Amino acid sequence: MDLKPETLAEIEAAIPKYPEAQSAVMPLLHAIQKDQGAISNEAAEWVAEKLGIAPINVLSVVTFYPFFRQHKIGKRHIRVCRTLSCAMAGGSKVCDKVLSEFEAELNHASPDGEVTVEFAECLASCGSAPVMLVDEDLHENLTVEKAKEICDKIKAEAKA
Amino acid sequence: MAIHPKEQRLVLKYADEPGYTPSIDSYLAHGGYDMLKKAVTMEPQAIIDEVKASTLRGRGGAGFPCGLKWSFVDRKSGKPIYLICNCDESEPGTFKDRQIVHKDPHQLIEGMMISCFANNVAKAFIYIREEMPYGAKILDEAILEAKEKGFVGDNVLGSGYSCEIVVHRGAAAYICGEETGLIESLEGKRANPRIKPPYFPAVLGLYNCPTIVNNVETLCNAVHILDMGAEGFKKIGRPNNAGTRIWCVSGGVQRPGYYEVGEMTLGELVYDICGGPLPGRSIKAIIPGGSSMKILKNGERYKGKNPDGSEYDWGLEDIPLDYDGIAAAGSMSGSGGMMVLDDTVSIPAALANLMAFYSHESCGQCTPCREGSLWLKKITSRMVHGEARPEDVDLMLDVAGQIAGRTICAFGFAVAWPVQSYIAKFEDEFREYAAHLSDPNADRQAIKELACNG
Ligand SMILES: Cc1cc2nc3c(=O)[nH]c(=O)nc-3n(C[C@H](O)[C@H](O)[C@H](O)COP(=O)(O)O)c2cc1C
Ligand code: SF4
Ligand code: FES
Repeated sequence: MDLKPETLAEIEAAIPKYPEAQSAVMPLLHAIQKDQGAISNEAAEWVAEKLGIAPINVLSVVTFYPFFRQHKIGKRHIRVCRTLSCAMAGGSKVCDKVLSEFEAELNHASPDGEVTVEFAECLASCGSAPVMLVDEDLHENLTVEKAKEICDKIKAEAKA
Repeated sequence: MAIHPKEQRLVLKYADEPGYTPSIDSYLAHGGYDMLKKAVTMEPQAIIDEVKASTLRGRGGAGFPCGLKWSFVDRKSGKPIYLICNCDESEPGTFKDRQIVHKDPHQLIEGMMISCFANNVAKAFIYIREEMPYGAKILDEAILEAKEKGFVGDNVLGSGYSCEIVVHRGAAAYICGEETGLIESLEGKRANPRIKPPYFPAVLGLYNCPTIVNNVETLCNAVHILDMGAEGFKKIGRPNNAGTRIWCVSGGVQRPGYYEVGEMTLGELVYDICGGPLPGRSIKAIIPGGSSMKILKNGERYKGKNPDGSEYDWGLEDIPLDYDGIAAAGSMSGSGGMMVLDDTVSIPAALANLMAFYSHESCGQCTPCREGSLWLKKITSRMVHGEARPEDVDLMLDVAGQIAGRTICAFGFAVAWPVQSYIAKFEDEFREYAAHLSDPNADRQAIKELACNG
């Protein structure tokens, strides 16, 4: 395992926060996924070893939670909310626009590897629907035009 | 967001004040942590008694009396007692905890510390959903600030009492909002809810120790109960519905948003505060307390008997906007997430949207829920894709009936109630719809977009 020093520091800081080591599984997986882009089998075994639990107990967590992934995705992770309030406000059109801008298919990395677009379930921002997350940033009150601007910005950043 | 004159802000009092920031300086400049200073001079039991007397009810979904929940905690087991703040905020339609955490995190920390002191808790957690990464950072930062000032950590305010708060991030699973699923998740496992009995958190919670799980908004109210006293707090709202509530309104209104109000009717919220439907449209139905709650149809009369024997006969807009008012109308105030459906919304398509949600989010432990939610997704989905079968409406009711009440956790009701109530109120639409959509020439684009399930 080749983890960045700051990832290792984050991991060492997380474990003693919990009365029982197994509780640190999710914070460790968050740290590793941020560092490596996905959770490999090797990483799952490493976490198990680190926390003194069986590898299956780590893998069962990785496979249960939608945010944890075993395969890498595009450089930017775009999650468009599909749940009712966003759908009533046009979330579906926003998603279509983002997909077509990157010539991408839902849930697959775009051909240029820049983005992976997925649907998300209610992002707890329904009052400013439709919304989407680009990595950690929430974009609200989207329209097809606004979605295009955001895509243009991502493309420009990719070239820079 | 601009504050509407009809609002009565308590928990969100400062959140939208110009210049107010999440920093401890802003909070301290507004009297922040004064109630924690008061709390540590009180007997812990006196705080529990005050919360009990306030009749504060949980703001997370079930509306259980908070003081009563605290009084169930097993204090004789000799095990540590834990407190968990539920900031999973994943019930569709709900976005109030987000405001508190991002704009006024110290109020939550103060409320948690008062609650922890009252219940002799030495370790507390905030379980925050993964999709609020900045919220988690803001909370981490706020806890550090509060530690520096002696409000959290060792020897709080020189009282000899110590308590740590740990922020724990989820990973995008709705079921982590269910309190026993949350506990499993915090133990580092799949979020499979536990069966009650025996796993009542107050007795066998986190690490099988007594545990209190409360929603963000509930815990913030502890600050205001100490500030106003139980009697003062109870002056807001009708008896048994004390305090303000933050309503999250989305969908077909002119001014969607979050509004903290005292006693009022549903009509005052939706028409006066939110401006009513968009021009040229009308309100068809309202889902009052998050997507899991039964739908309320506009135009219907809501009738029954009050506890004192008098009768009520309300239109949708007359329903008292509180726990008991919405319950009397046959639904629940739930998480306060109100979705307004206007006359452009197809009810079967809305149901298809939600069934895609529930089938995705079932934890999969109980056969009726895992299989039933998938069936319901498939049936509603083929309806919107124009492949409905004549028996589908009855089949949906049959499947929903086999889920409700036959599962480990209340998610089962959350799947069944929308199906049962939408069909009960809009059966014609389902039946006509099925017939109409079997027509290969029908325009299904808008309907598919609303269902939004691929
Ligand atoms: C499927 C399901 C999802 C839930 N999601 C949440 C949630 O996101 N946030 C929350 O506070 N409570 C949620 N609850 C309710 C919790 O189980 C629990 O009752 C609540 O956190 C208790 O806090 P309170 O008494 O302060 O309301 C959910 C319940 C169920 C059955
Ligand atoms: S009802 Fe559904 S979500 Fe709840 S425990 Fe059973 S399978 Fe899991
Ligand atoms: S439905 Fe999209 S944020 Fe809630």
